[in-house]
Amino acid sequence: MTVKTPIYLDYSATTPVDPRVAEKMIPYITEHFGNPASRSHPFGWTAEQAVEEARDEVAKLVNADPREIVWTSGATESNNLAIKGAANFYSGTKGKHIITVQTEHKAVIDAVRELERQGFTATYLAPEPNGLIDLEKFKAAIQPDTVLASVMMVNNEIGVIQDITGIGNICRENNIIFHVDAAQATGKVDIDLEKLPVDLMSFSAHKTYGPKGIGALYVRRKPRIRIEAQMHGGGHERGMRSGTLATHQIVGMGEAFRIARLEMKAENLQVRRLRDRLLAGLEEIDEVYVNGDMKNRVPHNLNISFNFVEGESLIMAVKDIAVSSGSACTSASLEPSYVLRALGRSDELAHSSIRFSIGRFTTEEDVDYTIALMKSKIGKLRELSPLWEMHLDGIDLSKVEWAAH
Amino acid sequence: MAYSDKVLDHYENPRNVGTLDKNDPHVGTGMVGAPACGDVMKLQIKVNDSGIIEDAKFKTYGCGSAIASSSLVTEWLKGKTLDQAAEIKNSAIAEELALPPVKIHCSVLAEDAIKAAVADLKSKQPA
Repeated sequence: MTVKTPIYLDYSATTPVDPRVAEKMIPYITEHFGNPASRSHPFGWTAEQAVEEARDEVAKLVNADPREIVWTSGATESNNLAIKGAANFYSGTKGKHIITVQTEHKAVIDAVRELERQGFTATYLAPEPNGLIDLEKFKAAIQPDTVLASVMMVNNEIGVIQDITGIGNICRENNIIFHVDAAQATGKVDIDLEKLPVDLMSFSAHKTYGPKGIGALYVRRKPRIRIEAQMHGGGHERGMRSGTLATHQIVGMGEAFRIARLEMKAENLQVRRLRDRLLAGLEEIDEVYVNGDMKNRVPHNLNISFNFVEGESLIMAVKDIAVSSGSACTSASLEPSYVLRALGRSDELAHSSIRFSIGRFTTEEDVDYTIALMKSKIGKLRELSPLWEMHLDGIDLSKVEWAAH
Repeated sequence: MAYSDKVLDHYENPRNVGTLDKNDPHVGTGMVGAPACGDVMKLQIKVNDSGIIEDAKFKTYGCGSAIASSSLVTEWLKGKTLDQAAEIKNSAIAEELALPPVKIHCSVLAEDAIKAAVADLKSKQPA
């Protein structure tokens, strides 16, 4: 058995563009290069038609009307446009309080922080230790002037799926605009915007085998949700997002979402089988802890902490696999994941976590190689670890008085 | 992060990993650092009757540079007297391993571990 290293197990960071997607994009860079806003000649018409076909495909995956889809540069822009755009539009009539969650992506948290600087107030809800929101706590966070709530559908680090229907219903009852970041959800969970009580939803292409640099924002038409544009210019996308449309990127996102719609059911079965195989293998190691709920979770994510092993040395040890660490090692600081901290994980466990995310092109051999590698490297690092030795001697590390430095 | 070849060598092939009997009167144990800081070093030295360090062992929880720093000092300690051991400076460790500025604290920790092990040993010996 040979595998090609490094093995890519970081599909939640980004995915390769599916070759079928790339093939469909190429003619729109070379021969069909027209500006979709050009109304006076066939170059423009061809591009516009491709853009609208792609818009149909994006809408179809999430059961929306194509007129509800606005192209953006990616989920970060979609989140900014939705949160700042809706907060600014409705603050005069509804109020200036926003509810979000501590485990949201930085594109949501920092957009809300920016609104705080502009005079809004915000509540950052703490999730339960399994990563999920307690609906009663969400209700309790509502204030008379709450204008907007933003909750992600699938968490990027731990893969848990929030109860979007439950949270959305509470928002409806309280006349709160509800935004959902679904960047990590497309192609992984069924999304039906005819049924979901969601007003605004962010999408990204490159998490679902499309190209980077393109995304979309769903803006509900019935009842109609209004947002203030954040990018001003030629009035593209019904004035909500000006800027010449990137036809080839859009075509790529449309094709990627079409493939996701047709193949996600079978693909998720395959990916789940591999993820469960990985989990079963890693659980043979002592003192491992899965982060986040296993039941309400996307099939491709596994986030797991290896106790008594330090994060940076762990990443050094597993350079044959491309994974994400809960320990954001920069040259200057070693900060544990804020998501894992919000779940109440200790610094040590947060530091020693690894996110494995499996995808369309992962093989059983990749998974078996990864299990063997982890077993050997964790074993080696624990041989080196005085904490592991103390643990084996039955010493409770939380009761030791450390000579902190 | 780019590690020097020497750090990588000590990380891949750590020298003198292990544990000595901490109750042995000829063994001094130093444990420094804290899990919350991301580094814990345990360094042990064993002296013979002439006061020469004849064995040194370590275990380290920490980054590659921390592992390398402690592995390196176990090599340096062997054959030294306690006084010579106490003279090992963090700057020499950092220089030998070409540690970048953000990793200097790993060498400081290794120096602290030596001092703690020597102090432990001295406290065991009749005055």
